[in-house]
Amino acid sequence: MSTVTMEQRKRIHPHKFTLWVGIGSLLMMFAGLTSAYIVKRNQANWQTFDLPQFFWYSTVAIILSSVTIYLAEKAFKQRMMQKYRSLVVTTLVLGILFIVFQLLGFQQLWAKQVTLTANVSYSFMYVIVGLHAAHVLGGLIALIVLFAKAFSVKTRSYNSVPVELVSTYWHFVDVLWIYLLIFLILIR
Amino acid sequence: MSSAATLQHADVHVSHDAHHEHHHHETFITKYVFSQDHKMIAKQFLVTGIIWAIIGGLFSVIFRLQLGYPEATFPWLEDLLGHWAAGGKLKPEFYYALVTMHGTILVFFVLTAGLSGTFANFLIPLQVGARDMASPMLNMLSYWFFFLSSIIMFCSLFIQTGPASGGWTIYPPLSALGDASTGSILGMDFWLVSMAMFIVSALLGGLNYITTILNMRTKGMSMTRLPLTIWALFFTAVLGVLSFPVLLSGAILLLFDRNLGTSFYLSDIVVAGKILPNEGGSAILFQHLFWFLGHPEVYIILLPAMGMSSEIISVNSRKPIFGYMAMVGSLFAIAILAFLVWAHHMFVTGLNPFLGSVFVLLTLLIAVPSAIKVFNWLTTLWRANIRFTPGMLFAIGFVSLFISGGLTGIFLGNSALDLHLHDTYFVVAHFHIVMGVASFFGMFAGVYHWFPKMFGRYLNNTMAYIHFWVTIVGAYLIFWPMHYQGLSGMPRRYYDFSSWISFNQFSGLNEFISFVAMIVFAAQLLFVFNFFYSMFKGRKVTDSNPWGANTLEWTTPINPGHGNWPGEIPEVHRGAYDYAKDGKEFIPQDVPVGDDESKH
Repeated sequence: MSTVTMEQRKRIHPHKFTLWVGIGSLLMMFAGLTSAYIVKRNQANWQTFDLPQFFWYSTVAIILSSVTIYLAEKAFKQRMMQKYRSLVVTTLVLGILFIVFQLLGFQQLWAKQVTLTANVSYSFMYVIVGLHAAHVLGGLIALIVLFAKAFSVKTRSYNSVPVELVSTYWHFVDVLWIYLLIFLILIR
Repeated sequence: MSSAATLQHADVHVSHDAHHEHHHHETFITKYVFSQDHKMIAKQFLVTGIIWAIIGGLFSVIFRLQLGYPEATFPWLEDLLGHWAAGGKLKPEFYYALVTMHGTILVFFVLTAGLSGTFANFLIPLQVGARDMASPMLNMLSYWFFFLSSIIMFCSLFIQTGPASGGWTIYPPLSALGDASTGSILGMDFWLVSMAMFIVSALLGGLNYITTILNMRTKGMSMTRLPLTIWALFFTAVLGVLSFPVLLSGAILLLFDRNLGTSFYLSDIVVAGKILPNEGGSAILFQHLFWFLGHPEVYIILLPAMGMSSEIISVNSRKPIFGYMAMVGSLFAIAILAFLVWAHHMFVTGLNPFLGSVFVLLTLLIAVPSAIKVFNWLTTLWRANIRFTPGMLFAIGFVSLFISGGLTGIFLGNSALDLHLHDTYFVVAHFHIVMGVASFFGMFAGVYHWFPKMFGRYLNNTMAYIHFWVTIVGAYLIFWPMHYQGLSGMPRRYYDFSSWISFNQFSGLNEFISFVAMIVFAAQLLFVFNFFYSMFKGRKVTDSNPWGANTLEWTTPINPGHGNWPGEIPEVHRGAYDYAKDGKEFIPQDVPVGDDESKH
């Protein structure tokens, strides 16, 4: 059953709006964690550490993936399906690279004795970065669905809403990562 | 008459989305279990909430037995609870588990999911004029996450070391260390996993409610024409969406502390002579994260009750609600202030006194919008042609309880007074009246008022009146004396007061409170019987608008199908409160404005 009437089509699509509200909600979770970080930092026993090199590689990967998904969305709307498919695949690969770089970064830190339990500042970093990675994983699942749809021969979709939703979410995790990176660099 | 208005829509040519009606075959599973119809999901929330309310209420009766009759033994308790009540006497560990679960169940499972889950789902699409929620699929998931969360919490009642028992606020280190109490071993993990599911459910629900209200309103339904129920449910959803994630982040950190050896909340702890390795954590940090949700949560519980009471009071006073915009504005003010007062739960944690005084000011400011609301309810009732339906009685009862409980909030909001009153029965009395019982009254008002729309039948009035009078008199008899106990310093959460000479004077009073609690609980069972009996055997509704109300849900057929309106969705031409206007008793929202109609 369609839940959208003609009258409502003039407004922003309800699913897109839901996503925006959801993004607000996710932001609150990270706001909670980063403010807890700030509160904790001002108390005793807080050790600083340098972020691993791999976090810079992952930053490049996720920024590039944001560009590719933007182009993918544009290609989909222009019905350039061949281009769309390859861009979705590129985004997916870049997303996976991001996760791999984050894990390598964790390994680098761990090797330098920056472990989960050694100091509360380390714990915070692992929880915050890890939780962000979990949200990127969620985005990857959505990308895989788009990927499967794009290569499906049976169904042909002309509805751009799913693509736009995934794209918005992907930009969100990108911007969120940049915020977290700057936060972790500036506030130590 | 609204029936005329409905007819007018029935013969409008078939709309573009009418052919979507009933074109898929519904089986028992798709209709009653994995339903995507917001009305069925609402009923699922309501019935699950009722089951939880019985369990949570029963727990309070059992621990009231311990408080009222600390010397007595009850052999039947051993039959019911096994080794937790060996020899017919409740074990202290299980007393704490009961108190914790009573709080958790009533706050989250009944008054959050059961209340806004039910009425946001049921009323939002019907009152804004939408065929369903923005995303029926997410809506269904919202219920099933709640169900999963319920099952996990329910299972935790049966594990050998007992359910969580560190209080519903799960403060670390009590909740973080298995050594702290038996309930903190496995019970606490169940609690945290269950709450994580619950938060997902609340968020999915909240996203949908907000989107549906802002995005799916029918033609003509501007924001200023929305019924106050919708405004209240809207602010409730906003509060939930912004505050639950913060609790989730607090709970994630707690899970790490419990299971992975981190020290977010733990520092310098000695257990049985051994120093724990945890260093650098702060237990107060958890309290900040918890109460940043915890205080908005109070309004998540209270706002739907306010909204429904406003609507029901106006309908049954046969008068427009007094000060519609002031009602909306005060809801908005309460929603904003809800985020700015959390530290008033923490006046005695060593909070900077200056910061404390800021929170005192912000807390006391809540009295302003609250007073506006009370004033408007009373002026709506003033010289009205009141119909004392059961729904109306409960709505008036809500106003009474909100005044009584709200006034004691002014005492507690003062940090100087709070030093004496915190963690005493004064606090127990305050929040039970203003948040617990008052919200229950809002919920009962809603159930009695919208039951005909939900099930096409009426609840039995005689049972309803007995339910109301026993409950309101009982609630005051239970909680009013607790203020005096608290003023004399009687602490909350104690298992047995009989060993303190200073509290022995209250043993008779405690017994009285426990006795009344049992009677009130019995009255709730009468309601439950009435609910399920009337669902199948109640008097059938014959008029599509039995209360003579203006809102859109009464323009649907008596038993609306999935999609709510068989024809086109009605267009809205006026606000929801055109009662007693131009000599007409009421003018539904879908009636066009006449040429000679006076302006309100």
